[in-house]
Amino acid sequence: MTEHEFVAADPDKCVGCGVCEYVCSMQKKHPFNPLYSRIRFVRVYPIVNLGMTCRLCEDAPCVTACPRKALEQSKENGVILVDKDKCDGCGWCIEACEFGAITLDPEDKIAIVCDLCKGEPKPKCVEWCPEEALELTTRDRLAKKARVSAVRKLLLETIE
Amino acid sequence: MFGYAGKTLHVDLPNEKTSTDPIDEGFAKTYIGGAGFGAKMLIDYQKPNIDAFDPDNPLIFALGPVAGTMVPTMGSKYGVASKSPQSNLFGEAYSTGFWGAELRRACFDIILIRGKAKKPVYLWIDDDSVQFMDAAHLWGKTTWETEDIIRKDLGDPYIRVTAIGPAGENLVRLGCIVNDRTRAAGRTGLGAVMGSKKLKAIAVRGSHDVKVADPDGLVEFCKELYERCRGPSTRKYRTLGTPENILVHNRVACLPTRNWQSATFEGAETISGEYLLEHFVVKIQACSACPMRCEHIAYVSEGPFKGTYARMEYQPMYAWGSCCGVDRLEGVIKAVEQCDLYGVDAISTGVVVAFAMECYEKGLITKDDTGGLELNFGNWEDMPKMVGKIALREGIGDVLAEGVKVASEKIGRGSEKFAMHIKGVEMTGYDVRGLKTAALGYAVSRRGADHQRHGAYGVDISGKVDRFKVEKGRGKIVIDGEDLYSIADSMIICKFSRGIYQGPYDDLAKIYTLVTGIPMTPEELRKAGERITNLARLYNLREGLTRADDTLPYRVMHLPIPEGIAKGSLVTKKELDFLLDDYYETRGWTSEGVPTQEKVKELGLDAYSNVVEKKGKEEKVKVKVGSRGRKEGSKDD
Repeated sequence: MTEHEFVAADPDKCVGCGVCEYVCSMQKKHPFNPLYSRIRFVRVYPIVNLGMTCRLCEDAPCVTACPRKALEQSKENGVILVDKDKCDGCGWCIEACEFGAITLDPEDKIAIVCDLCKGEPKPKCVEWCPEEALELTTRDRLAKKARVSAVRKLLLETIE
Repeated sequence: MFGYAGKTLHVDLPNEKTSTDPIDEGFAKTYIGGAGFGAKMLIDYQKPNIDAFDPDNPLIFALGPVAGTMVPTMGSKYGVASKSPQSNLFGEAYSTGFWGAELRRACFDIILIRGKAKKPVYLWIDDDSVQFMDAAHLWGKTTWETEDIIRKDLGDPYIRVTAIGPAGENLVRLGCIVNDRTRAAGRTGLGAVMGSKKLKAIAVRGSHDVKVADPDGLVEFCKELYERCRGPSTRKYRTLGTPENILVHNRVACLPTRNWQSATFEGAETISGEYLLEHFVVKIQACSACPMRCEHIAYVSEGPFKGTYARMEYQPMYAWGSCCGVDRLEGVIKAVEQCDLYGVDAISTGVVVAFAMECYEKGLITKDDTGGLELNFGNWEDMPKMVGKIALREGIGDVLAEGVKVASEKIGRGSEKFAMHIKGVEMTGYDVRGLKTAALGYAVSRRGADHQRHGAYGVDISGKVDRFKVEKGRGKIVIDGEDLYSIADSMIICKFSRGIYQGPYDDLAKIYTLVTGIPMTPEELRKAGERITNLARLYNLREGLTRADDTLPYRVMHLPIPEGIAKGSLVTKKELDFLLDDYYETRGWTSEGVPTQEKVKELGLDAYSNVVEKKGKEEKVKVKVGSRGRKEGSKDD
């Protein structure tokens, strides 16, 4: 099985500066307007910060939910492709997404979602994140990292 | 326009009407934004010499040209200006977080609020739609509750809110305006002006793009600025943060202690930045578009204040720590949290409580006045309770709510001699008795006691000048600092980032032009800084300021620092006069501190030459009546 890469944020590193939103909206030709950003950060007071974007779910619920078959998951890299002609902005996909990662373009009223900055060497948010809190990764790589850090915490730190 | 939204929102509170006014390029380039817009709108729209709580005193919110963009630290900030109820002079305060960027996306540069609402209201700015909302259910609520309730009422957790707490409602002169929980337009009592207008909050949601003139050029330059933001010039703010100052200031004996009775604190170690980071900081987070991220959030995990969160900076740690003789950070963190909740300036309020502690120890106020609290220096457990007493005007809190100047006048019996303020605004945490360049900066600061109008403490502490000496040239240092900081507060940049700009006017002018498309040379920008500083001075002169107001607290001029490396140092009247003469002359002002007609003309401020003319006439009268004249001229005596 090929594993798709997506943008994940590390809550320990994310500081809630919102630079990811600005560079994303800039990339989408709507400068410094978070409403056009495919990644949105959330701050839950007092200290929880996290950037949220499409996780390229296997068997993506947004695709299933679309009554007009306007959404399709790319076989090549797993991103959600939106057919602009078919999408009429009904918002079923938005309800289906548990992460709030798919939204409506305020102007065109069609679904917008992270496309991993198609054509760029890497997503702009990952490139710019001042804290290196964002990375292009896979679920498997995240799991490996989590295991190593859990074992380190459980065993190594107690030895030290 | 690029950068700027090009629009002022006029708010008429009593009639619940709004209108908009275009901002043109000439106005924008002349006054830049923030402090410049604030000073210009205030001098033009405020009837001279009215009380700060008069409905005709306008309350002005102003953005810089760069707000709402990704330019580091400039994207987030906003300024507030009004006649200050503390100094009765130019009131200004700056805040950051996320509110300013949201206002820019709603397409406004300035909000000019006039009159007094008939009942408590809040303003709901949803792009072009501006509504007056009933705030009866918010009156009496803390700033945090207010934000939560408004977001819930309007059904959008992304709405940004700036609000006053109970202090502002109760016209507490220390009242501030709080946004995004831990960010405040803190100084000069502008929350009380907002309270006097029965305006509880301004909620904003903006949906527009923020168009800049040269997007590619700006992004390219931002890349470099982001790098510099992660470099050595901002190290302090990214690591220990401003609390690093506690031990530094203690070492050089400029850490005001027990209401400025000393400049060194034996308990400095346990209120230090190092101690804070090790024991209390649970997260460092950022304002909008800031790669520096300096916001140190502290959490108290045990003891009587368990569960308290607050954002910590050096200044409140001085005010509630060394100045109150407190060596327990739990007490300091709790006090700062209370200040944010009730909506009072954490610096001024700490200094007021330190003053009350000295009064208590000297027997000028008693347990009856304090509601049973033993208000000795060092009482960290009872100290935070004073915030609520002041904000709600309970017992002695009612007197302290007026600020140290007025409180000391009411308490009397010599307490005026240890009321630590300049122009009615409480002292910030640099003991200027042994920092003589900074002492001048503080004395002439347009918003009263302040290190942030000039940054002149830098040359003193770093040893670039002999800090114990007065000499010609200190005026020039303060002037250069003031004009640069006028630009910093107009563009509006975070001063923590000041080290990343090369020139510094070169880089600032470059950013200005990349964003706005308006040609700006470094020299033009410097001149604009001088213009804004002079305009605020003209406003202050119009409102009654005289040379006698450019002074220092009694204790700074009469009680030498008793111990430490700066032992024996103070600023005498003779030294202050020497410094003032040098400063006024270098500014191109008269010996009474009034800009000359030539200076006013040179800066394009001809419209205000009448202020200069009037002051000239007053001076002539004073010469005739002799030396008593100057004293009587000062309305603040």
